[in-house]
Amino acid sequence: MSTAVLQSERAQVLDMRANIRRRQWVDLAFGVAGLLALLFALLTLLALIIDLAMTGVPRLSWEFFTNFPSRFPERAGILSAWVGSFAIMITTACCAIPLGIAAGVYLEEYASKNWLTGLIELNIINLAGIPSITFGLMALGLFVYQFQLGQSILTAGLTLGLLVLPIIIVTTREAIRTVPNSIREAAYALGASRWQMVWDHLLPYSSGGILTGVIISLSRAIGETAPLITVGALTFIAFLPHPPVMAEFPFLSFQWLKDPFTVMPIQMFNWVSRPQPEFHVNAAATGVILLVMTLVMNGIAIWIRYRFRQRLKW
Amino acid sequence: MKERFIEAILFLAATSSVFVTFGIVWILVKESIPFFAHVPLGEFLTGTEWTPLFENARFGILPLLCGTLLSTAIALSVAIPLGTVAAAFLSEYTKPWLREILKPILELLAAVPTVVYGYFALLFVTPLLQKIHPDLGGFNVLSAGLVMGMMIVPYVSSLSEDAMRSVPGHLKEGSFALGASRFQTIFRVVIPTAFSGMTSAYILAISRALGETMVVSIAAGMQPNLTANPLEPAATITAFIVQVSMGDLPHGSIGYQSIYVAGLTLLFLTLCFNVLGLWLRQKYQEKE
Amino acid sequence: MTTNTNLNLRAEVKDLSFSYGPKKVLNRVSMPIYENRITALIGPSGCGKTTLLRCFNRMHDLYAATNYDGEILLHPEKRNVLARDVDPMEVRMRIGMVFQKPNPFPKSIFENVAYGLRVRGVRKRSFIEDRVEKSLQQAGLWSEVKDRLPSPATALSGGQQQRLCIARALATEPEILLLDEPTSALDPISTTHIEELITELKKDWTIVIVTHNLHQASRTADYTAFMYLGDLIEFDTSDKLFTTPRDPRTENYITGRFG
Repeated sequence: MSTAVLQSERAQVLDMRANIRRRQWVDLAFGVAGLLALLFALLTLLALIIDLAMTGVPRLSWEFFTNFPSRFPERAGILSAWVGSFAIMITTACCAIPLGIAAGVYLEEYASKNWLTGLIELNIINLAGIPSITFGLMALGLFVYQFQLGQSILTAGLTLGLLVLPIIIVTTREAIRTVPNSIREAAYALGASRWQMVWDHLLPYSSGGILTGVIISLSRAIGETAPLITVGALTFIAFLPHPPVMAEFPFLSFQWLKDPFTVMPIQMFNWVSRPQPEFHVNAAATGVILLVMTLVMNGIAIWIRYRFRQRLKW
Repeated sequence: MKERFIEAILFLAATSSVFVTFGIVWILVKESIPFFAHVPLGEFLTGTEWTPLFENARFGILPLLCGTLLSTAIALSVAIPLGTVAAAFLSEYTKPWLREILKPILELLAAVPTVVYGYFALLFVTPLLQKIHPDLGGFNVLSAGLVMGMMIVPYVSSLSEDAMRSVPGHLKEGSFALGASRFQTIFRVVIPTAFSGMTSAYILAISRALGETMVVSIAAGMQPNLTANPLEPAATITAFIVQVSMGDLPHGSIGYQSIYVAGLTLLFLTLCFNVLGLWLRQKYQEKE
Repeated sequence: MTTNTNLNLRAEVKDLSFSYGPKKVLNRVSMPIYENRITALIGPSGCGKTTLLRCFNRMHDLYAATNYDGEILLHPEKRNVLARDVDPMEVRMRIGMVFQKPNPFPKSIFENVAYGLRVRGVRKRSFIEDRVEKSLQQAGLWSEVKDRLPSPATALSGGQQQRLCIARALATEPEILLLDEPTSALDPISTTHIEELITELKKDWTIVIVTHNLHQASRTADYTAFMYLGDLIEFDTSDKLFTTPRDPRTENYITGRFG
């Protein structure tokens, strides 16, 4: 081989090495950028938690939970807010869970492929993108004025129920889909009807996934503010809803469903919107409670999902 | 017989979601119609003042539209780069066990109640920005937009990561076998292949940003302001709806109708972006 | 094992062992790869033939818990492609690969073939165009696609896609071309096309091919290596290996008595 050829070959090899080194650097730089992006996101979460906790945790006391809101920040509490949140959660759960699971089961097990089910599926996907506040506007027009349900716990619960419905439907479908067909065939082979198969097999086996969806949707509902403002939540309530149990017959009362309400996020919104820093402390304390509740609920959901994936190896 | 009955009930449950959509559109349109009997459409679309609650009421949607688009733009300029890079990192750089831990933690960002984010924007981010830029007012679109951006990072990253990871392994192998680097494989093969799924992620993120209410209501102030300056306060469509709802407006008044008009505009805006996304996806899939 | 001194060595596998986690897949394999010859790797499934092929361009590096031991030397400079300080990117730039299943990128026909040049940072349009045309011609695909280079590669038939993948690998002029059962996903007619193409390519390239099709190996390959359970049992010219195998296991396999 002539020296010229050799030299040009060497130059090529050097060129290739430089090219590779350059690309290795880009790879590394992108990896670092990715790591930084993740770290930044996690640090934001951490900053939020720490900031809220430093301001809010010292304010947490027994009285904070047992006092009504007040003009005096140090006397104000969230009694009506957490009772309201709790009552609305129950209403939401009663509305969304059966409806969502039923819809999920229908779409996954019963529905044949036609334009109607196609429409329903497309609609569920799109519902996730509809701004939550328009649910509130719809509820104000439909539930409050059309159906005369008033600006009540019932209206609020239904609104949030419809809002989180797609979450439950989607997770139910995903959970049912993981049950292998052999289970269905086995059930049918033993003479089970479709509903018996669903009730005795599909639902129990997919309960973990469904439960995850339920928890996630309730955690979403508990922190939701905007649609409830639209529906007409009050920010200053110094009384509790009617008790659900009575001393005399029929012992159970649903009067509370028609009562006006406030919830923790709205109480927090009210406090954070005031100029006095003392109220901001109250807002932070409410925020801590909200944050702990939503993070714990999400944590449980993640854990259940993880456990189910570990346990269920079909 | 019992079986048929059960199936009918389940079917009704499944259609409920369609009724919700139908109900939203119907109510918004129904309550908006009387508004347009009072305010000409031209004035609504081109007016530069939005003061429905004043004595001398003006109904120009532009200031609200401007606030909404500005805060959304800021949020997206944070969420899309950050979310996409994080997604590529999770999908192509991390080991599976690490991804299993990081992804749920990242998703917690989306689980935090929005009102808490509002607090964070007003009382943590704004003071922080004021250290850099002392003239910044207590209410501004910038801090609201930035916090919204962080809030929607998981919407971008989670769905994008799913899309990237569903790119067939043999395509990635094909790229590596030709001497491509990881970065080149991500940008030349993985992202183009996953583009359709990533568009859905972006569209969802845009929808979230457009409809986000509490962060802007708390941290951006509530004055309608026709400005492109993120350092100023401004009101979004959603913030306006909140502002009116907090007060006590009689059913049927023009102020009451105006929140429905605002809601309808918001829905229409969201729809536009969704159609745009659909069109982009289709256009891209044809090219494939 | 016979070594032919009349031929130039292109690469040399030396004492190569490979394991996937605790599972040993290759066991001290040694064999030569001759220049401008086709070397076939045959053996029953699970014998490690594909694993060995994927060692040549460090494909295993993409996955965790893999471990190489031994060398693959690239001649003439005897660079060990398995060495830790050699970047897999360099190896893959020098050794091309075509996969079992055609895997064109969801890009145009032109961009598929140009991909390898582009990732190397080649920008000159005329150079890329020339190279794309030349590679497509070498892969016997030019006449079929020359009028629709900008159309999507995924619209091609399976056999065309595989030839496109071959053109894609040739475009960067690799020193060795690895073919991993390139016809296993194709119909008989496309298979014949590809086999003819492989024989044609021998003039300019050094080829290592994995196949489960014994006829394909005997028809196309100059040299054949029979592998069994991670061991290289026998390496010889295809003529000898298929007519007078020395090892009874080779004989059993090629006469169809097992595997």
